[in-house]
Amino acid sequence: MTKDVLVIGGGIAGMQASLDLGDMGIKVHLVEKLPSIGGKMAQLDKTFPTNDCAI
Amino acid sequence: MPDKKEDIRIGVFLCHCGSNIAGYLNMEELEEFSKKLPHVTFVQRNLYSCSEGGINEIKKGIKEQNLNRVVVASCTPRTHEPLFRSSCGEAGLNPYLFEMVNIRDQCSWVHMQEKEDGTTKAKDLIRMGVAKAALLEPQEPIMSEVQIRALVIGGGIAGMTATLAFANRGYEVVLVEKEEALGGMLNHLSKLGPTMTDASALAEEKVRAVTGHSKITVFTKAKVTLVQGFIGKYKVDIETESGNKNIDIGVIVVATGGRAFVPEGLYGYDGKRVITQLELEVLLKNGLASAIKNVVMIQCVGSRNEERPYCSRICCQTAVKNAMLIREQNPDAKVSILYRDMQMYGVENEEMFRDSKVKRVRYINYDPANPPEVEPDNVRVYHALLGRDMDLAADLVVLSTPIVAQDDANVVSQLLRVPIDENGFFMEGHVKLKPLDFATSGIFLCGSARFPANIREAVAQGLGAASRASIPLAKGSVVVEPIISVLANEDACRGCGLCVALCPYGALEIQNTEKGRKVHVIDVACKGCGVCAATCYQHALSINSFTDKQIEAQVEAFLN
Repeated sequence: MTKDVLVIGGGIAGMQASLDLGDMGIKVHLVEKLPSIGGKMAQLDKTFPTNDCAI
Repeated sequence: MPDKKEDIRIGVFLCHCGSNIAGYLNMEELEEFSKKLPHVTFVQRNLYSCSEGGINEIKKGIKEQNLNRVVVASCTPRTHEPLFRSSCGEAGLNPYLFEMVNIRDQCSWVHMQEKEDGTTKAKDLIRMGVAKAALLEPQEPIMSEVQIRALVIGGGIAGMTATLAFANRGYEVVLVEKEEALGGMLNHLSKLGPTMTDASALAEEKVRAVTGHSKITVFTKAKVTLVQGFIGKYKVDIETESGNKNIDIGVIVVATGGRAFVPEGLYGYDGKRVITQLELEVLLKNGLASAIKNVVMIQCVGSRNEERPYCSRICCQTAVKNAMLIREQNPDAKVSILYRDMQMYGVENEEMFRDSKVKRVRYINYDPANPPEVEPDNVRVYHALLGRDMDLAADLVVLSTPIVAQDDANVVSQLLRVPIDENGFFMEGHVKLKPLDFATSGIFLCGSARFPANIREAVAQGLGAASRASIPLAKGSVVVEPIISVLANEDACRGCGLCVALCPYGALEIQNTEKGRKVHVIDVACKGCGVCAATCYQHALSINSFTDKQIEAQVEAFLN
């Protein structure tokens, strides 16, 4: 069985899933329909409740 | 570290953070100021230093300007230091030749109305950061092996799910449950909303899977009594019925759950006619007495008040679900729910709520300043729309009480050295970035131990925590930050052991060497808190990247 994983969608959920899989040593292909990954998160400014910069 | 000070080439990158910093500080002035600081050979301003473009500029600076130290003046190192460090590493610079200055949280955010003073403070901080950067030394990350075995504390739905997730990946798991049986809260529930799945069937299925798995060792009526060590190398003492066990563990998942608040002294609670939702679950499981024709539920009993300010989230959906089950078992029964606000998040819950209204469950809003009164045969509530009191007949009154923390949460917290919040729930490492990890690496959390969770959420978190904890297990080793304590001056150490007694992480021990008693730092266990170095009256211990010299240089830079 090939061990590569396909993640569809490069928002915060897709990126986190890709990172965790990558950290486990699994090769990940992340596909995003827009020119850049980041999704809604990249459009936000500060996020509740910690006021961290979303980007 | 270069021998001569002339060799040091510091690049300073000033982040605008959009308008977060640049809107409140004079960036041009900071740029001109930074250019004049000792050893600074390159200064650049960026709209967002952490964006792809900003990172590329830092890498370009390192390569083209031949920088051997990088200072970024921007936001907080709590969130962004790892990114900037790794970027330096990618450009060929040792990641520990990087220093971060926080001019957002400490300047622009707190001095929004004082542009000039805020800018002056930013100058001080940058000058201090540059002074320290000049003395930084390269560090190498520390590798440590990981024991491929997980410990799960708590055998409720979250803990059992996490346990199975580990075992199905092929990892050995030890599951510790303090009660006689696995299943936790699930054992007391009737049917689970919104799908009306039978709770006992789910519990049985999970318990069978857990107890039948060759990779899983279950200890019931057991408790963890001692945890020593650090990620990858824990030594855990477990008190069981068949004696004490000492087991080597790599990662730990806390799934100790919560318990339903018992509303002693509230609304005439007696456990018979006035009961909790959890007690109602048991009645529904065994079949509701047909004599029960009028049921009144009261929401937010013991929650969203001064003592317990939080919303327990799952009581509204539980009440609606149980109201429907009552109507199913006793079709003539009238059910009224007295509520403050209905929290029916999610598609299915909102659908169930709507469905319950079609099935004639009655909803009446009450004001916490004028709460309902439970009387011998009825419940009196002030109806705001009618503008008068209403009397609702009640054979059974059901109080929706919140899930509260386990009584022994503080014991587990002390054993594992992980924090609990003001309500006794365990606190994750970061609300958004690390929702299932503790700040201490190697320890994870899931289910109602963190915050009231329904079954679906507990399962999702159990799977998530096991997944996060599987990363070090899959790798077989962990890389630990080298910003730790080192015995910089072995001759000075007298082996007094004061530091050993004070170390909160058990990272120090006294060894007998050829030179006599000397302290030894267990590098992977050290978190670099600095307590030992601050305590050592011989100045034998030092913290990498926070040496006395570096801190003195910062202080001097501030005073000049």
